[in-house]
Amino acid sequence: MKISIERSELLKAVGQAQSVVERRNTIPILANVLIEADGSNATFRATDLDIEVIDKAPVQVERAGATTVSAVTLHEIVRKLPDGALVTLTDDGASGRITVEAGRSNFSLATLPKEDFPVMASSEYETNFSIPAPILRRLFDKSKFAISTEETRYYLNGVYMHVAAGESGQMLRCVATDGHRLARIDAPLPEGADGMPGVIVPRKTVGELRKLLDDDDATIAVSVSETKIRFATPEITLTSKVIDGTFPDYTRVIPQGNTRKLEVDAAEFAQAVDRVATVSSERSRAVKLVLDEDRLVLSVNAPESGAAEEELGVAYSDEPLEIGFNAKYLLEIASQVDRENAVFLFNSSGDPTLMREGNDDSAIYVVMPMRV
Amino acid sequence: MPALCRDCLTQFDTGARCPDCHSPRVLTHPELFELSIAHMDCDAFYASVEKRDNPGIRNKPVIIGGGKRGVVATACYIARIKGVRSAMPMFKALKLCPEAVVIKPRMSAYVEASRAIRALMDELTPSIEPLSLDEAFLDLSGTEKLHGVPAAVSLAQLIKRMQDELGLSGSIGLSHNKFLAKVASDLDKPRGFSIIGAAETDDFLRDRPVSLIWGVGQVTKTALGKAGIRTFADLLRWERKDLNARFGSMGERLYFLARGQDRRRVSSHSPMKSISNETTFFDDTADPDVLDGHIWRLAEKVSDRAKARDLAGRVVTLKLKRSNHSLLTRRLSLHDPTQFADRIYRTARNLFDQVGNQGPYRLLGVGLSDLSPAEGADLTGDLLDAGAQKRTDAERATDEIRKKFGADAILKGRSLQ
Repeated sequence: MKISIERSELLKAVGQAQSVVERRNTIPILANVLIEADGSNATFRATDLDIEVIDKAPVQVERAGATTVSAVTLHEIVRKLPDGALVTLTDDGASGRITVEAGRSNFSLATLPKEDFPVMASSEYETNFSIPAPILRRLFDKSKFAISTEETRYYLNGVYMHVAAGESGQMLRCVATDGHRLARIDAPLPEGADGMPGVIVPRKTVGELRKLLDDDDATIAVSVSETKIRFATPEITLTSKVIDGTFPDYTRVIPQGNTRKLEVDAAEFAQAVDRVATVSSERSRAVKLVLDEDRLVLSVNAPESGAAEEELGVAYSDEPLEIGFNAKYLLEIASQVDRENAVFLFNSSGDPTLMREGNDDSAIYVVMPMRV
Repeated sequence: MPALCRDCLTQFDTGARCPDCHSPRVLTHPELFELSIAHMDCDAFYASVEKRDNPGIRNKPVIIGGGKRGVVATACYIARIKGVRSAMPMFKALKLCPEAVVIKPRMSAYVEASRAIRALMDELTPSIEPLSLDEAFLDLSGTEKLHGVPAAVSLAQLIKRMQDELGLSGSIGLSHNKFLAKVASDLDKPRGFSIIGAAETDDFLRDRPVSLIWGVGQVTKTALGKAGIRTFADLLRWERKDLNARFGSMGERLYFLARGQDRRRVSSHSPMKSISNETTFFDDTADPDVLDGHIWRLAEKVSDRAKARDLAGRVVTLKLKRSNHSLLTRRLSLHDPTQFADRIYRTARNLFDQVGNQGPYRLLGVGLSDLSPAEGADLTGDLLDAGAQKRTDAERATDEIRKKFGADAILKGRSLQ
């Protein structure tokens, strides 16, 4: 194999590959990226056995062929090469080495045979649809903060993407929760998506997917089966296993009868929470909200380190209420609001609280209060 | 050379006997009145407390430990002459010393004795770092002005008061850092007072085995042995970077300890890293109900200790030892820290189920680590588990009842299995 490729193209392709490979793994070939060159393209393929990413890049192919080389090392080299350099990768297929040349730099890296590289078994996808990148980005960006990291409830370690029935018909919905907070984000159901099996997209896949979604004009082809999900742009194909588990019935935990309504400027609110939380210990900051006629007082009281209080003008006309929250949870939820106003709906100081943006029900958040 | 009488605390200059009381218990050392880092270690602590409280057994060999399967916690010096050692299985100890009086540990008595000793130490310095009930580091630097006597005199006085007022004996190691102070206290037990001065440190260490270092157990000793390191002299031949490369952070420590250097301060606030409890069964068992009962009781013990210290932990560990002594350890990180028995139990139980049936087991342990102040822990309910809130409330109520009416006032049925 002998190919030449522009440095920035190579950096992009190898960058995607090196973020998929596991840093610590016992199977050496999983640290490698499989490079296959044919025609006028090269594909760069990496996997951790759960996720596979294939990046296609335009190259000058002098001699077709394939080999595998350490993704991290290749990425480090390419990253350090000067911008605009033309990189030539040569593998004679016999020496077990690949040479990387750019200008006066010359590297020789160990390779492993391409036959040993595990290729993810192809799957029969039941559902195929296309969705604009910004819509998919919103679905995952607004829900991923609530993904659980706790291994006991492994089925919460991802975003549950499924088709849900709403008042205005069916929609594509993403839900994530860790038991303390929950995010439920809706988008119009794309054509061809009805009948899609509900799948739990793992946290790492969500992270990798994000890199495909930066381009506002891109359209993402999504394919879903019971066990796998695939996201594809013309250049990149990301295939992932989904979490084998049952996502709990989240509809039961979304409060329906919360009547005490608080309307507040989201940015102002988030800043105030952030400020008062400064005085307390890092891990478990509790912020107390005291609500009275159009007035919200936020306070933190940490016996050992200090106390803080801040008052905000808000819209509130229900009975007075005192309720506490973990500051981090409150901050994360408040920072999801893109528009001006956040609407909080409370019941009592012991019941889950609901938050949404204005009157928009397409993104709602639930957070458990904290005893204060 | 400065000298001190351990009986009447007279300071004098060189002599085999005290000029005042003619006692032969005299300390002499060139740096006697300059050193100020000490390690105090009680002599056969549990056994000494038992003998003090029951003079009838004073002249008999006494072993503290429990049960058919138990191990020796402490053996008095009479039993030690027969070869009994701590951590020895009880049956072996009784074979060596069949006439021994075996006493089950009375922890509350030891805790009380330990508090009394602590009170005496508190009078000497605020820098006390207890290592366990019966040993502690003391930093007496700068206390000479306060007490009007050098550190060595204060320490001799401490030992004397422990003997006179509490009826307990202890040994002192006095040196210029913690490592050497601990080594010194062990040189001349019981009732010892040993000094390792700065000038003699290198000579003292040179031919001693590296196993002298606290924290060098069998595994590290074997690893060091493979590298040809048996004594401190062997260690001195190694470059710092080579020790680092081969033994990691331990290597860095070894490099300095080899030179008798130890910069760790005596700290009364050394944070607790983990809380764990374990139990060895009377008979090996694979019975899931019996094991479940043990998991609960241990989770409750761990939780009680965490609550007492106002700590919460994020990592729960389950430890199982099989009949053939092979060890299984499993750990799980929680989303947020907890100090509640219910959550510790559920997590440990989950780990137990993951292990599957690999019994019978002889030992089971439950631990909590990644500790942080409990402020805020367990205060946020669980959206997906409505029962969690009830269980937490129940546990809070249980704790209140126990506070009022004692630990046995209310129990979970599970704990009776």
